[in-house]
This record gives sequence, structure tokens and C-alpha cells, in this order.
Amino acid sequence: MLVKLISGDRPRSLILGLVLLAILVALAFAPFLFPGTRSVDTAARVCIFILLVASYDLMLGYGGIVSFAHTMFFGMGAYGVALASIHMGRGFDALLVGSVVGALAAAALALVIGLFSLRVRAIFFAMITLAVASAVAVLVSQLSGITGGEDGLSYKIPRALTSAAKYADEKVLGVRINGKLMNYYLVFFGSLILFLLLLRLVNSPFGRVLQAIRENDFRAEAIGYRVIYYRVTATCLSAVVAALAGSLFAIWLRYVGPDTTLSFEIMIDILLMVVIGGMGTMYGAVIGATLFVVAQNYLQNLLGAAEEALVDLPVLPLLLNPDRWLLWLGVLFVLSVYFFPTGIVGRLRRRG
Amino acid sequence: MTTAPDHSPTMAQASLWGRLEPWIPVLLIPALIVFGFLAIPATSSWLTLTVSGLAMGMMIFIMASGLTLVFGLMDVINFGHGAFVSVGAFVGISILLGLGSLTGAPSLMLNLLAVLLAVIGAMLATGVMGWAFERIIVKPVYGAHLKQILVTMGGLIIVEQLILVVWGPDEIFLTRPETLKGAITFAGAAIEKYRLLAVGVGLVLFLAMRWVLRSTKIGLIVRAGVQNGEMVEALGYRLRLVFIGVFVAGSALAGLGGVMWGLYQEVITAHMGANMMVLVFIVVIIGGLGSVEGCFIGALLVGLLQNYIAFLEPKLALISNIGLMVAILMWRPQGMMPVVKAK
Repeated sequence: MLVKLISGDRPRSLILGLVLLAILVALAFAPFLFPGTRSVDTAARVCIFILLVASYDLMLGYGGIVSFAHTMFFGMGAYGVALASIHMGRGFDALLVGSVVGALAAAALALVIGLFSLRVRAIFFAMITLAVASAVAVLVSQLSGITGGEDGLSYKIPRALTSAAKYADEKVLGVRINGKLMNYYLVFFGSLILFLLLLRLVNSPFGRVLQAIRENDFRAEAIGYRVIYYRVTATCLSAVVAALAGSLFAIWLRYVGPDTTLSFEIMIDILLMVVIGGMGTMYGAVIGATLFVVAQNYLQNLLGAAEEALVDLPVLPLLLNPDRWLLWLGVLFVLSVYFFPTGIVGRLRRRG
Repeated sequence: MTTAPDHSPTMAQASLWGRLEPWIPVLLIPALIVFGFLAIPATSSWLTLTVSGLAMGMMIFIMASGLTLVFGLMDVINFGHGAFVSVGAFVGISILLGLGSLTGAPSLMLNLLAVLLAVIGAMLATGVMGWAFERIIVKPVYGAHLKQILVTMGGLIIVEQLILVVWGPDEIFLTRPETLKGAITFAGAAIEKYRLLAVGVGLVLFLAMRWVLRSTKIGLIVRAGVQNGEMVEALGYRLRLVFIGVFVAGSALAGLGGVMWGLYQEVITAHMGANMMVLVFIVVIIGGLGSVEGCFIGALLVGLLQNYIAFLEPKLALISNIGLMVAILMWRPQGMMPVVKAK
């Protein structure tokens, strides 16, 4: 049953299995294990980013396609929910319509970009997605009449999902059973179900063909698979899941803006999570996203502390300024591509 | 025994279309200029826009030419190319700001000398940096596109952040040298002097590059390497050395482009290179990977179109280049003048 649920894709390493189980338990009971607004918020972000990174891994790790437009698809889902909630009023129907429309729009755009670039050579895709994503990001911040521009949009979600709604008078394990909790579990189960679907997908015949194309597209074509068809399908599916992750993010935050959903920095974060966790395994996304989001929340504090400790030395404080944390992420990124191309999961599996 | 069938060779001239077809990409530029002339009501604004479009195109060409050659020669795609643009701009502008006495003087010669010094400094810095970048970042990942994209992107982030460390997080504003300020009036149109200079530099550079590639031995090796690298190596040439040379030259050109773009915008930021990369990629793609001529034509098309559309319908300017790319890829999926065969 359990093996069927994870589509027969066993962790193949005892440590990896235990870590994954620990992450699952921690996320499933996060509001009870780590009470407090900030930690629950971190847990919700971890869920959403696991999903987002897993969908990116479908393209990068399984399909061998580099895209720089993944935040654009993420943002389409988020803006879909935001615009629907504003124009249709608060309600579950708005959330549903927004998510579906956002996902469909993302799929359509991915289809167009994919057909244009992937049929020639995969490397075009990286450049074209970069160009399209930056144009969309600028467009979103310029069309402030529709998207709220740089300020973004705030909107109301159904009352049943906010902390105003109470479901029980007593606290359970010291936690109020209110709409915020329901919202967290919406995010958690939404991410879990979609993640399991992705796992199913990559372990299906479709996923196998995709991996074959990644290894040698010429040979895959010679065996008789239409490479372009598989690549474009993978791109579209990945875009749809990314958009749905964006919808969950929008429901959780009750705010969308270019910085939180579309910025290039998030794209870099996603790349880093995939590479550190391990390309080409869905579990890599889980490990990478968890590690990264948690570290991100505390790394800047750490850098700040290091800067203060070294304030007397000449250059080091400048390098350790908390604003410069991207520098260290970049170094980490390059080093991990060189030395750990299979990421944490690859390492653990080889040992196990 | 039957007699051989009749066959008399026909010596028909190729049809007009057949003869014209190779020249279509070149003809697109005058066609676009004519389109601008028809679409823009006032002739004077059309002239201004055309000159600024050409200037912008030339600068994009300077930045993009190195990238396309590097790709053609070694199949290396460098997403960190934008880093050289930024570093070039920061080094060059710092030199210019240091040479206040030369740039403030009302003499054209002294001003040009200051700009020349800045350009040489910037090109030296980015050339050396390109060499280091090739050694440290690119060399270990030859032949693996996926890793190249990831690693060079990482390199871009690191260099951008280092610029912020060295020059501080604020954007730097500057003014052009004294005699390059202002505009001259020609046929009722105000044409900024600096733009004329940019057009001149770009044109000279293009012709020089064409001459090197077409008429010198090293150019022959580079072109042959783009077409079939293994064959060139089999003939005994060390293509790696040629490649490093091209990489360094391309980086230096990106630095030059950075200085010129900084002077054009009169403000420089650490992210300017990464922002320019969007246009540079579009140009490289529509020109055809590995083709300097295609890159030149693509750059001029992008520059002109962007300026015309920005005048006619400002909101569309952003999408116009993407639209241009889509249109050209529908017409020629490999770009206008592809040199490298699809691998």
C-alpha cells in the first residue's frame, strides 16, 4: 500500500528514508510540534517549495531541459487566485476558478514556448524562457492597473480559512483549531497529493522515456519516440504544477507581488534547491527545499552575527554583510554543480 | 539496344526569388526603416529614432558578438556573459570619473582620450576576467550543456555580488564628457552626438571583425573551427588556444559594450549586464548561433524595432522583441544565418 502510494520509488537508502519520514512527520504535525506564527509559516513555505522544486525537477532532472521561467508559471497561479478573489469576491469558487485559470494559462504559455524553442534545440529553451520571463516580470510591474504593480495585491480569502473562524472552543495540544490551521492543512495536503502525482508521473512509462531522452535524445528518437512531444508535455505538466503551487502560496499569504512570486531571486533559489537536493530524483526536491527554506530563514541572521564578530578585519565584514548572502549561495551553487552533481540524495544512495 | 534517352542540360538562370533569398536578412533592415518611416508621422522624429535605434543595435552587437562566436567555436553557452558587461561598465566608468580633468575639458580630443583610456582599462579588466572565468568556471564543464548553463549562471551571480561588495549597493550616475553632451540638429531632427559616436564605433568594429574573420589566417581557423572543430584539430591546430583567445576577446568586447552602454544610459548598476543579456540572447538566437553577420543584423533589427515601437506604443516595446524573435523563428527555426549545424 505504502509502496504503491510512492509509486514503487523506494528511497533506496536507510538514512534517506528516515530523513524523508522525519520531514513528512514534521510537516504533517508542524502546527502542533512547532507552535508559533513564524514556524508554521516556514512549514507552509517548505510544503509549497517542495512542490515547486519537484515540478522544476520534472523538467530539469528528468527531462534535461533548463528553464528560467518557472517563477513565471508560479506567479501565474498566484496572480490567478489573487485576481479571481478580487473580482469575484471572497469565496471558494474564486479560489478554484483562479487556480484553474492560472494553471491553464501557464500550460498554454508553456506549450507555445516549448513548441517554438524545443523543436530546434533544447538550449534555445533556456535563453527564450529567460527573455520571456523577464518581459513578463517587467510587464506585471508596469500594468499596475491590473496587477497592482510593484505593490502587489492584497485580497480576502474565505473566512473559513482565516484565524477568525473557530472550530473548537478548547485548544488541542495548546493549539487553537481555527481557520488558519485549516489553511495550513489545505496547503499541506494539496502539496502532498500533487507531489505524489508527480512521483507517479516520473515512475510511469512516460517518465522512463523522458529519462531516456535526457540521456540520449538522438537514440530515443531512433527508437521511435517523438522527442519533441515528450519534452513539450513535460514542460506543460511542470508549468501546471508550478502554477498550482503558486495558487497555494497565494491562498496561504493572502498577498501577491512581483517580489514574492516572480523575482529572479526565487528562480535562483529553486535552481539551488534542485541542485543541492539532487537532480533527477523527486526526493531531492524534498531535501533541497526543506534544507534551503529553513536555512534561508536563519542564514541571514548567521551572516549578520559573523559580520559583527569580524568587524575589525578589513574586507571580510563587507563580504559577510547579510545583504550579500546571494554571493555565498552562488559560490555554494557552483561548488555543488562541480562536486555534488547528484546532490544529497545521490550521495546517500551511493553509500546505501 | 535502345538509344540513350535525350538529355540536354538546361541553363536556366535561377529565379529572381532564388537569387534574392540569401539576402533577405540584410534586406530586412531597410525594410524595417521604411516601415518606421511610414508608421511615424514626423520625419524628424523618425530620423532621431532611427539613429538611436542604430546606436542601440550597435552596442548590443558589440556585447553579443563574443557570445555567438564562443558558442559557435566550442559549443559553450555562457550565461555569465552579462557579468563582463557589468564589470566593464564599472571599471570604465570609475576610470572616467577619475579623469575628471580630461572629461570636463571642452576639447573633443581630450574627451575622446579619456573615453579611450576608460575603454582600454575596461577591456583589459574584462579580458583578464574572461580568461579567469574560462579557466575556473567553464573549463571543467565542457560538453555538458546543462552544467554549463547552471555553472555560468552561478558565476554571474557571484560576479554581480562582488561588484556590489566593491562599488557598494547604490547605482552610479555619471555625465558624458563635455563635447559628447548635447545634440546636433540635422534636417530638423535632434541627433545626440554620443549616438553618432556609438554608431561609428559599432560599424568600425563590425568591419574590423569581418576583416579578421574573412581575411586573416586566424579568422580562417576560427571559421573552420565553428564549422567542424574536429577536422581543424586533426589538421594540427590547437583549437583550445584559439578558443581561449576568442573567449578573452569576446569578454573584452562585452566590457567595451558595457562602458558604451553605461555612457548611453548615464547610470550603471550591477544588474545592467544581466538585464542586457535578455536582448543579447534574443539577438544571438535570431541571428543564428555562431554567425557574426547574423548577430549584426539581428542587433540592428532589435535596436530599431525597440525604438520605433517605444515611440508608437510604449507598452508594447517590451513584447516587440519577443514578437520579433517568434516571427523569425517561425520563418527560420535555426535563426537567420545559422552556421552551426544543430547538434
